[in-house]
Amino acid sequence: MAETVAEKGTWTVKKGLAEMLKGGVIMDVTTPEQAKIAEEAGACAVMALERVPADIRAAGGVARMADPSIILRIMDAVTIPVMAKARIGHFVEAQILEALGVDYIDESEVLTPADEQHHIDKHAFKVPFVCGARNLGEALRRIAEGAAMIRTKGEPGTGNVVEAVRHMRMVMGEIRRVQNMPKEELMSVAKEMGAPYELLLEVANTGRLPVVNFAAGGIATPADAALMMQLGCDGIFVGSGIFKSKDPKARAKAIVAATTHYNDPKILAEISKDLGEAMPGLEIATISPEQRMQDRGW
Amino acid sequence: MQIGVLALQGAFREHQWALEKCGVITRQVRKPQELEGIEALVIPGGESTTIGKLLNDFDLMEPVRGLAREGMPIFGTCAGLIMLAKRIKNSRQETLALMDIEVERNAFGRQVESFETDLELTVLGEQPYRAVFIRAPYITSVDNGVEVLANYGEKIVCARQGKFLVAAFHPELTDDLRLHKYFLEEVAK
Repeated sequence: MAETVAEKGTWTVKKGLAEMLKGGVIMDVTTPEQAKIAEEAGACAVMALERVPADIRAAGGVARMADPSIILRIMDAVTIPVMAKARIGHFVEAQILEALGVDYIDESEVLTPADEQHHIDKHAFKVPFVCGARNLGEALRRIAEGAAMIRTKGEPGTGNVVEAVRHMRMVMGEIRRVQNMPKEELMSVAKEMGAPYELLLEVANTGRLPVVNFAAGGIATPADAALMMQLGCDGIFVGSGIFKSKDPKARAKAIVAATTHYNDPKILAEISKDLGEAMPGLEIATISPEQRMQDRGW
Repeated sequence: MQIGVLALQGAFREHQWALEKCGVITRQVRKPQELEGIEALVIPGGESTTIGKLLNDFDLMEPVRGLAREGMPIFGTCAGLIMLAKRIKNSRQETLALMDIEVERNAFGRQVESFETDLELTVLGEQPYRAVFIRAPYITSVDNGVEVLANYGEKIVCARQGKFLVAAFHPELTDDLRLHKYFLEEVAK
């Protein structure tokens, strides 16, 4: 018989689940019924929440980890992976989520940060983490802390894709920049970006992030999803965009199809028809600086 | 030799890299017309419910079944294994239903139970094979005509039936090309 020692929670295993989610859509859900709609529409995972970002934004106050009973009910309702959010720096919320058995933890700026200086030491956990980033330096800092998956921050709960586009272009542009740089210039760029040198070197050599990179924050239509995919992301998070729209079932299904067929305008045209009204959008300039979620974390 | 890689969702890129390292040309398959001219198909790991729905929605289920019945070799890993199985425990999920095996989904538990281990895979030689299991299924029973290639404990995790090869783990996530080579040189030959 072969050696049957099972190594759990390794970097390969953490990163590997994100690899399996690629080309898919991860949907925010707040009830088991919504989770089933998401699964039925072809979501590759769901994010279990108490409130979607648009409602968190509207409610104000302190947003925290969801009640475990909500998360457990959603885990019981579907067979696809279930993610849940912990506050930035709140490693005890993360410990609780790991104990519940969630498949991925999002250390998320959508919730009110618990620590303004330090993110969670994600290497200390067996469960993998996804974190938001606006640029390459931020992405590499999170990966160095143990994030096995990265997403753009965008501006959550707005239905406005402009910030996600900005962050994806920034990351992809910086990757192209370091790729074309002579090696001796990388150390000073690492200093300037606040990026760990070894990881920056890896990016310069391979031309991509060491982990999967999804788009998130403001995606509301199939065209938004396809735009982000064409800009080079690996998959899509949709927060408020589905269950704040008029016809969540149809929209969820269309966004899944758009994420697969992102390069085929004829199919995109077909699946964009008759979806009903999208979620109401928010102009970024109308959001006061202290209400901007993307500036949480560093 | 051109090998199609089903690119609806999941780790299709990694399969392409592994196949290209083995010296073959690959093509992403998302639509029925992209099946034309391929000599074999790889169905990657990913979310089997997502891949199954997209196979149906974009009219790939019947064309793939048709080509498989005419002898097209198929290699399925993880979600790909599920798609090839005739029976799924506790589920009525539609699959390609090409192999006489019964499969249990998420059979090792949730992500915190995902693991890597060394397997004995004798068709690949003496050297153990590093296998990565992610929310993996396993094969609960096989009918006559199915050859079991690897077990993890009592559980069947790799099998072959004629031109079809399946693994519950992810050969596309390691640098070991032996299982891809086995598919190209032995199964698809």
